[in-house]
Amino acid sequence: MKTRKTVDVETPEAGGDEARDAMGRPITPRRTEMRLGREAQARIGQQLRAMYEAVVNEGVPPQIEELVRRLSEQDDGAA
Amino acid sequence: MKLDPAIRDQVLGTVPSLRAFAISLCGNVDRADDLVQETLLRALAHIDSFEPGTNMPAWLFTILRNLFRSEYRKRRREVEDADGRYAETLKSHPEQTGRVEFAEFRNALAKLPSDQREALILVGASGFSYEDAAAICGCAVGTIKSRVNRARTRLADLLAIDGVDDFGPDRATRAVLAGGGRN
Repeated sequence: MKTRKTVDVETPEAGGDEARDAMGRPITPRRTEMRLGREAQARIGQQLRAMYEAVVNEGVPPQIEELVRRLSEQDDGAA
Repeated sequence: MKLDPAIRDQVLGTVPSLRAFAISLCGNVDRADDLVQETLLRALAHIDSFEPGTNMPAWLFTILRNLFRSEYRKRRREVEDADGRYAETLKSHPEQTGRVEFAEFRNALAKLPSDQREALILVGASGFSYEDAAAICGCAVGTIKSRVNRARTRLADLLAIDGVDDFGPDRATRAVLAGGGRN
């Protein structure tokens, strides 16, 4: 762990179906553009949802449930 | 009049997602829960303005966001001193501890401008359509799309360069989570 290096690990080097220029040579995108490839997008989406779901999975906190039930039972207005 | 139980259940059913959104805005679970409660108070006091059959989550998210914009953001500024605050408050959240990767991600998310973060979360996590997200944020659909795109680009960028150099808070957070060993 403590030897963790600051190396890019997520983006595999280009496979066969990378973009090519008019001469058929592979186009090497700039690093940040590569990051926005499908994989990076998927990874961002996945982490975003995981973070969000962690809260969603907690359900409705008891005090909030009680508040909603109380308000929905009472006559108009005064909270 | 009493609230129609079906409407009440729709409100309750939206609460978990509403909380998740509130936490992403406030960066703090307690303030987020206050914001959710205030939102529900207002919503239920004005339940007549909700048209049954329309989108309950979008309606509640809109109220919460407006409330946050008008009041909570000011309060937040008073206590908040650094971007990394968002990540730090969430770090103590039981369901979310234990993963360095998560911490890095939240740190990066916290660095986004709030309008971009909000758009990304509404579309990418809450699952709203671009149209609904635009209605919630009171802006054009194209604006939401461009905010989401910019948010993704920036996040990818931040996650890519994270740890390379000069990222004080990130490095510190990671070192703590990794159990120390290096600064």
